[in-house]
Amino acid sequence: MSEFEPKIVAFVCNWCTYAGADLTGTSRIKYAQNVKIIRFPCTGRIDFMLLLKAFAEGADGIIVSGCHPNDCHYTSGNFHARRRWITFRSLLDFLGIDVRRIQFSWVSAAEGAKWAEIANTTVNNIRELGPYTDYAKVAVHLKKEAKV
Amino acid sequence: MSRIGVFICHCGENISATVDVVKVAEEAGKHEGVAYSTDYKYMCSEPGQTIIKQMIKEKGLTGVVVAACSPRMHEPTFRKACSEAGLNPYMCEMANLREHCSWVHDKSDATTKKAIDLVRMLVEKVKFNKPLYPIKVPVTKTALVIGGGIAGIQASLDIANSGHKVVLIEKDPSIGGHMSQLSETFPTLDCSQCILTPRMVEVAQHPNITLMTYSELEKLDGFIGNFKATIRKKAKSIDEKLCTGCGLCTTKCPTKKIPSEFNAGLGFRTAIYVPFPQAVPNKPVIDKENCRYYQQGKCKVCEKVCPTGAIRFNQEDELIEIEVGAVVVATGFNVMEPSEFPEYGYGKYKDVITGLQFERLASASGPTLGEIRRPSDGKIPKKIVFIACAGSRDPAKGIPYCSKICCMYTAKHAMLYQHKVHDGKSYIFYMDIRAGGKNYEEFTRRAIVEDEVNYIRGRVSKVYEENGKLIVKGVDTLLNARPVEIEADMVVLASAAVANPGSEELAQRMHISYDAYNFFSEAHPKLKPVETNTAGIFLAGACQAPKDIPETVSQASGAAAKVAILFSQDELSREPVVAVVNRSAPPVYSTCVGCFMCATACPYQAIGEELITDRKGNVIKKVAKVNPGLCQGCGTCVAFCRSKSIDIQGYSNEQMYTEVMALLNDE
Repeated sequence: MSEFEPKIVAFVCNWCTYAGADLTGTSRIKYAQNVKIIRFPCTGRIDFMLLLKAFAEGADGIIVSGCHPNDCHYTSGNFHARRRWITFRSLLDFLGIDVRRIQFSWVSAAEGAKWAEIANTTVNNIRELGPYTDYAKVAVHLKKEAKV
Repeated sequence: MSRIGVFICHCGENISATVDVVKVAEEAGKHEGVAYSTDYKYMCSEPGQTIIKQMIKEKGLTGVVVAACSPRMHEPTFRKACSEAGLNPYMCEMANLREHCSWVHDKSDATTKKAIDLVRMLVEKVKFNKPLYPIKVPVTKTALVIGGGIAGIQASLDIANSGHKVVLIEKDPSIGGHMSQLSETFPTLDCSQCILTPRMVEVAQHPNITLMTYSELEKLDGFIGNFKATIRKKAKSIDEKLCTGCGLCTTKCPTKKIPSEFNAGLGFRTAIYVPFPQAVPNKPVIDKENCRYYQQGKCKVCEKVCPTGAIRFNQEDELIEIEVGAVVVATGFNVMEPSEFPEYGYGKYKDVITGLQFERLASASGPTLGEIRRPSDGKIPKKIVFIACAGSRDPAKGIPYCSKICCMYTAKHAMLYQHKVHDGKSYIFYMDIRAGGKNYEEFTRRAIVEDEVNYIRGRVSKVYEENGKLIVKGVDTLLNARPVEIEADMVVLASAAVANPGSEELAQRMHISYDAYNFFSEAHPKLKPVETNTAGIFLAGACQAPKDIPETVSQASGAAAKVAILFSQDELSREPVVAVVNRSAPPVYSTCVGCFMCATACPYQAIGEELITDRKGNVIKKVAKVNPGLCQGCGTCVAFCRSKSIDIQGYSNEQMYTEVMALLNDE
């Protein structure tokens, strides 16, 4: 294997993006195997500590996706997610974690093609950025410290 | 120790064509905690489900992972199968190998590896699944209907006829709404009052309906099946039990020059008044703002003439609390004040009127007893101009939407005019004729062909008065696009339908959402047109968007059916995917610190307070508590919680972190 195969975790909401990714399947649109989906009830549920956990466990890239603004199944969960993302992003900048490794997007249940496109673009982008080990190293160090 | 069964589905060849299912089953079998793993051609088929059930019993499985299609498709199927075999249904999870793997990737080792990863992720999640049980909430089988127009009337009658109690509240002194103001209705030209008033009477006499007029919703608490509504019953200043509705007071009242709301300002009423002769209930109320006694302290003529002594000047507003299980919001619409159109001269020239005013002129019960006469001098107009889209479809006036009913009622107005004024000429300035609906297109055709109404496609730029005539300057955009000038005797504006004033506050009081124009929002534009985002609150009629009578009535019946479905159960069973605040032994009781950030995040007002007390009743701690009846399970509170004290069942922190870790640890 010559090419670097990034590990990408997608955190998606059940009502829009999960269903949108189902549509990608039903429409038989192909995308890279690197993207693996974890289902949440709503993007509002996604605690961004989970994103750090994913990096700590060796993820090279992350996708967070939910319903378009105003389409949230729970009225406002995606707005909370968006607000959280804005704060989180500046925090990442401050910590020196590469923000480009997280793709935040809206994919509706009708946007099967868009999901495939986002998945492929993210894989390509992360492939260019290369493996992400910085945060995993920190995490290993922290784990050791915790044991002591 | 977990004993998990993994069942890999081939889905015919849908999965097995690109994923090596045998290998996935093999790998899953090696995983810690997996007691059994297998693959089968169709897991969802009867024999497939039998394998799962058998293995649950034989191997004593504590959890099940079915790797097949999307859980959005078959999760209920497999959960049901598990529960039939005696395993709690919430101990079953699905790995999506079809939509998220086999269908979107080519056959390769990488695809099989992804399948293995997905199965491992769910196996690890199931280890942290807990048995859950549906949440039961009781149902109060009384419905509250807000608004006594045709929507509220229809919804009330339907619910009442299905055998349930209804409380119908109406802010005005009589029910009937806008429909009672209409002269005739399109496309049949049958008289509005004739079809409406029998229903109004039926509402008043129905044993299952409690009618409360002159009443408004003050507060709404609670949740589906268990609402608590506070209703402000405004003081009518009469004793309804004693009043016989003889009307003597209304004839003797000295304040006679109050513009009548029912006649859209074209006629007058007294301070003690019945809005219109067919009002239900047919008993007067005193309009305090215009009553001489209330304003100046002297008069009491009505009290002197009342033969039954029913006048009560000292009556005060009453706050009544009722318990209801469902709410139907049917508060209707309003017409835009056309004074926002200085170019049409409304308010400046008496003979420029609104469509609703024209309805009153054309109505047999109206101020002119059905004759079309000019408000200024009472003469019969020989030339009349109707301006459609007065406000509607005009982003500059803040209303980009189509009011939907104006094309039809303007055609109706022109027809009524032609029927009443045989030598008259009518003109309609329009943008498009939108006549979608049963017999609607035929109706507008009839106006053009049979009644010779002149349709001019174009806008009006200005209306001004000259020598007692209203000069209407417009443009005809068809053919040679030329300017048009008409010397009219009267101009009728089809002003836009807008949300009722106060809709915003009402929506906030009920915790339902509303759109940019203050119309209430349905839960889903296609599939949930009568539900709101708050469970147990339904919408009927023009409070949701402008609509005509047949549509309003259908929606009202739809809302009533939803209420009847809700009331057909003694208790509601709800998915237990809800948030829960942790509780533990003293002295901690709960890790919740009572910051209530969760409550600010919750879109459903499902989070309240709980006071933890000692034996003497002293408060030790104040913590958050989730009302499982209101919680919809979005989990926004979980991500918000600073002390990680609130968690959502089925998507708990434990489960989600485990999923992340399992997915990435592929060694």
